[in-house]
Amino acid sequence: MKYLDEFSDPDLAGHLVEAIHAATTRPWAMMEVCGGQTHSIIRHGIDQLLPEGVEMIHGPGCPVCVTPLEIIDKALAIAAEPGVIFCSFGDMLRVPGSSQDLFVIKSAGADVRVVYSPLDALAIARENPDKQVVFFGIGFETTAPANAMTVYQAKRLGVPNFSLLVSHVLVPPAMAAIMESPRCRVQAFLAAGHVCSVMGTAEYPPLAEKYQVPIVVTGFEPLDILEGIRQTIIQLESGQHELANAYPRAVRAEGNPAAIAMLQDVFEVTDRTWRGIGMIPKSGWRLSERYAAFDAERRFDVAGIRTEESAICRSGEVLQGLIKPNECAAFGKQCTPRNPLGATMVSSEGACAAYHAYRRLDLVSS
Amino acid sequence: MCLAVPGRILSIAEADGTVMADVDFGGVHKGVCLQYVPDAAIGDYVVVHVGFAIQRLDEKSAQDTLANFERLGILEEEFGDGFSRAAKQAGAES
Ligand code: SF4
Repeated sequence: MKYLDEFSDPDLAGHLVEAIHAATTRPWAMMEVCGGQTHSIIRHGIDQLLPEGVEMIHGPGCPVCVTPLEIIDKALAIAAEPGVIFCSFGDMLRVPGSSQDLFVIKSAGADVRVVYSPLDALAIARENPDKQVVFFGIGFETTAPANAMTVYQAKRLGVPNFSLLVSHVLVPPAMAAIMESPRCRVQAFLAAGHVCSVMGTAEYPPLAEKYQVPIVVTGFEPLDILEGIRQTIIQLESGQHELANAYPRAVRAEGNPAAIAMLQDVFEVTDRTWRGIGMIPKSGWRLSERYAAFDAERRFDVAGIRTEESAICRSGEVLQGLIKPNECAAFGKQCTPRNPLGATMVSSEGACAAYHAYRRLDLVSS
Repeated sequence: MCLAVPGRILSIAEADGTVMADVDFGGVHKGVCLQYVPDAAIGDYVVVHVGFAIQRLDEKSAQDTLANFERLGILEEEFGDGFSRAAKQAGAES
């Protein structure tokens, strides 16, 4: 238990770890859906505190990692156009496109700006009426309300030079796709807490029932994750498969009604390709017709982009929990945070980057 | 980027028809949109993601989380300069 003293409350962490060990009689494999949880698990060595045979499978919940290559290439093409200010969250700068990334484009002279919030991009648009300002609107259900409100405001305030390059992805359809895969080993899910803060929990009982898996809504801090694992093991050991909420302080069953209403106005459900995974039906949001005028894909001519993925990168298998990052031959060799071959090596929520940053370096040289 | 950080509402003001707040995240102050938590008041804690409050949070768990994030350097990661971080990643091997 060498990591316990790094927990904010080592006593409580110790009790939770003991409870997990006491409850476990068999091997189990559970998936943490969210990349923030993956980061926390690797950073704090939570997987090494678990009983022999209890495996954490790292899921596809890193929005940076699953944003399709085609959209990255479109972003790069738009950002390189004269008269464009391209705004993005900082995590996207080093995500590899087919041949470049946003950081390289910026170094070559493009006006690429990192913003904290999409509202910052809208403010930039109002300050620069002679420029086209594009915001790179990616993310899961947690981030979508921010992007939705920003487009809503752009329309309401009449900011014609603002547009959104949208590639939102949705968690429940991805969980279903993972369960449908013939190679699936997942027996339970830790669901993504802040996605549920927005959307609530109503989408999960049907999944738990259909696939006979416990689904436990879980937070991101180490103690939250231990509690989520404890509740999951208890369900698995007793043959239950229900929705449980181990993160009630931030998640209500009904979610955030004001945010959900805004999402329904601004977005509509669409099929979406997940980088490394492929197309998942009805797994994304795009702008609804009411907001089509603010769609960067319509404003800029970026159809017909040809993509080329790295031939070596196995991030698709990493994202589906089929291999661990250090099982990829390029991990820590051709592929490092400085020269990432896949998006999972870029984002701090990506499994490859987390393994590289925290303690799996020993596995690189052996 | 999927991170959501708890913060305390210091003041509330309307800007262009939108309810905005000044929010304190363990010493870092940011403008935050409150449209999705219409009942939040000055002194309340909210969970904030990319400049938007998405839920309210009780004071004790918010403070525990903030202390934890500060200890782990997560606040710096969230609110620091994203561009210089990318530059560091591109230039300095970790
Ligand atoms: S280590 Fe690099 S090349 Fe291998 S799967 Fe991860 S991102 Fe792709």
